[in-house]
Amino acid sequence: MFLLRSLAVLCSALASLTIAVTALAADLQSLVTNLTAGSFGDRETAIGALATSGDARAAPILEALGAGQLYIRTSDKLVVIGKPSGNQVALTEAVSGKAAGTVAESELERVRVNNRLRGIIEAAVGSLTLMSPDARVRRGAADSLFKRPEPAALAPLDAAIAGEKDARVKQAFAEARAAVVLASDATVQQKIEAIGIVRDRGDREALSVLQGAANNAKEPEVKAAAVAAAETVRQTLAAWEAAQNVWYGISLGSVLLLAAIGLAITFGTMGVINMAHGEMVMLGAYTTFVVQEIIRTSAPHLFDTSLLIALPLAFLVAGGVGILIERGIIRFLYGRPLDTLLATWGLSLVLQQAVRSIFGSSNREVGAPSWMSGAFQVGQINVTYGRLWIVIFSLVVFAALILLLRKTSLGLYMRAVTQNRPMASAVGIRTPRVDALTFGLGSGIAGLAGVALSQIDNVSPNLGQGYIIDSFMVVVFGGVGNLFGTLIGALTLGVVNKFLEPYAGAVLGKILVLVFIILFIQRRPRGLFALKGRSVE
Amino acid sequence: MITRFLWQGMGPGLRLFTLLVLAVGILLPLANQFLPASSQFHVPAWVLQLIGKYLCYALLALAVDLVWGFCGILSLGHGAFFALGGYCMGMYLMRQIGSRGVYGNPLLPDFMVFLNYKQLPWFWHGFDQFWFAAIMILLVPSVLAFALGWFAFRSRVTGVYLSIITQAMTFALMLAFFRNDMGLGGNNGMTDFKEILGFPVQADGTRAALCFASALALAIGLVISAAIVGSRFGKALTAVRDAESRMRFLGYRVEGFKLFVFVLSAAMSGVAGALYVPQVGIINPSEFAPGNSIEAVLWVAVGGRGTLIGPVIGAFLVNFGKTWLTGALPEFWLFALGALFIVVTLLLPKGIMGLWGQIRDRSQARKAKAGAPA
Repeated sequence: MFLLRSLAVLCSALASLTIAVTALAADLQSLVTNLTAGSFGDRETAIGALATSGDARAAPILEALGAGQLYIRTSDKLVVIGKPSGNQVALTEAVSGKAAGTVAESELERVRVNNRLRGIIEAAVGSLTLMSPDARVRRGAADSLFKRPEPAALAPLDAAIAGEKDARVKQAFAEARAAVVLASDATVQQKIEAIGIVRDRGDREALSVLQGAANNAKEPEVKAAAVAAAETVRQTLAAWEAAQNVWYGISLGSVLLLAAIGLAITFGTMGVINMAHGEMVMLGAYTTFVVQEIIRTSAPHLFDTSLLIALPLAFLVAGGVGILIERGIIRFLYGRPLDTLLATWGLSLVLQQAVRSIFGSSNREVGAPSWMSGAFQVGQINVTYGRLWIVIFSLVVFAALILLLRKTSLGLYMRAVTQNRPMASAVGIRTPRVDALTFGLGSGIAGLAGVALSQIDNVSPNLGQGYIIDSFMVVVFGGVGNLFGTLIGALTLGVVNKFLEPYAGAVLGKILVLVFIILFIQRRPRGLFALKGRSVE
Repeated sequence: MITRFLWQGMGPGLRLFTLLVLAVGILLPLANQFLPASSQFHVPAWVLQLIGKYLCYALLALAVDLVWGFCGILSLGHGAFFALGGYCMGMYLMRQIGSRGVYGNPLLPDFMVFLNYKQLPWFWHGFDQFWFAAIMILLVPSVLAFALGWFAFRSRVTGVYLSIITQAMTFALMLAFFRNDMGLGGNNGMTDFKEILGFPVQADGTRAALCFASALALAIGLVISAAIVGSRFGKALTAVRDAESRMRFLGYRVEGFKLFVFVLSAAMSGVAGALYVPQVGIINPSEFAPGNSIEAVLWVAVGGRGTLIGPVIGAFLVNFGKTWLTGALPEFWLFALGALFIVVTLLLPKGIMGLWGQIRDRSQARKAKAGAPA
């Protein structure tokens, strides 16, 4: 109500503007002087006059007045804007905007305002920003008007729309104007048109404007139109929310994919149950941590590339450990999957404790490079760069792996050994070597996953344990020995999980997914995309 | 009659071992209760508690061995059956507290008052009676095992897949029990027990009785297991372990055999868990942690799978080592445990019980080599 009245003052000033336009616009100096003199009532008029002058200096001057930073210099009665600088105050000439030295506060006299004036100033600045040369500021002003529409803002808005060249800002103005129309006493026809415009905006604010209109409308036609439009907007919003959930699901799925894809190699194609797979992921994460520590201390300017440096190193570290494991333990246990499971579980305990002894059991800080922080909007979906990069990275790793298996001789050997070990051996493939390399590859990819996961998870010795059950679920669900199955499995489980979360909560959602997979395995013991043929047994 | 029949079904070694377990279960509590504290044969209460705990672990190991060693089902979820039995006992003990809790509510346990429960959840009814709790201790793990086994064995989920889904099961249960609105104490679990069957839980006499009860349960478990393993049914089980498809072709209903042992084993685990809880005085969701179940498998592997004495020895040795190492060198315990997993699977596939046979085979092989003409 208060704001409304102040805007009304503003508008009356705007009307008088047409008469005295030349005189007022010409003399910013006298307008500013009027601000500092007279009663609060006089100043109210002066504020309106300044706001409607259209002068570029009006906004900073009014802002300074509102913030209590407009002063009169005692020595020469010059009106200045003062910003605190140490014990003193740095001055700018109000009218010209030139710097005017630094003085002690005692040499200044503050231009006083009261709460009522402050409100008027705020409204005046708000409409001034509609005219701001900066397009972003103009849009911001339009948005705030949309959220809190005031009928009095109609006139300045119309003026702003007429002068606006930027199409997006013009759209924002039109939406703000529609919201204002809905809040004013316009005709039914105008209001229904306005409802159409607000509906087309289709976001959460539009919904609240429409709900407000539906509750407050006196005319039944307007009410009906607002209710219908609100329903439409609600549907749009639900669709966007679903899309956002899909994105979250894909994002979770890509994490699952990264963690599971190495396992898909070792478990899926070699049939080796590697319970220490999660620890390979952990090793990758700790490699990232070590790389970042070294960069922090010796070459801070490389920080943004730290992850790129960590990637090959993590692959080598985890892959190397993987080859050692295969040569040292697993090769003695081929054909005894349950024993492999136990031995690698023991190994995972040893690795965890080793990392705990070296790095301590607390979480380690791994920083995000600048290109991975921040977020942007697609429609109404909020996308963070970090997550986007992880999704891209997981797909790249997946594609690279497929290429490696399909197009290189190592991939050919791997597939040959997987499909028929004795025959592969008979044609001269060194199967033990291929076994070691395959296992190293799977572990190396887990290391790569660790680099990515260090960005979204706590880097602690327990990092890997959180992923091992999920990874097995993904591989088994997607179908053992089928990489595309792993991809589909990971994304499906990610999306299902995120869609369950709003209804069931995060923990219960996860439980439901686990139960679902347990039941699913009963129906299709070989997973979603089962391999057919003799290699199955 | 039946006892005699069962008794005769056991081998002499196993008979001796069972007597040994019973002797420990009788003599230690007696030494605690009736010898003066100054006597050098007096057994302090903490030893009794420790032995009682080990006896429960041994029963769990025996249950794991029954399915893994004799039927080839590697369950990584037996910790869940153990914990469920423990929770049933915990619920009984909670109801026994009555109005002596911190909030003094005669009906609701403390954590429910704390979480603003207005009335007792339906599944808590009946747990104020010991007989009901005792039935539930057997029934709840059995029903879960039956449901899981019924689906899994019928659709021929075997080997590693079965291991993984049992692990997923205990993981899911852990997550579920961590939730406060499960009505089972959330992540704090249940503790501050006062009485069991009217006797104070903390008292030495009760501890002695619980230790004896654990030994008795283990002995009964050994007798039952021996009877099963020694019977025709047991022979069929071993055959299922070694050549499942062949048994199926011969006309045996393999899933029935598996289901029976799996359910029996789950019930045994439940009893072990139920005896464990009053002795340690707490039950919380971390008992469901997948690591616990795998550790139980390790006890069996260390002692020797496919034997009945092995798991008991394994459970005692590994847990003694754990108690000692976590006290003396806590950093070193996980290294030792992990290394034990690796060493046992690589070098001692038959565990300690198989050690003698392994040495004998090796020396015979050496003799054969030396005797063979060059």
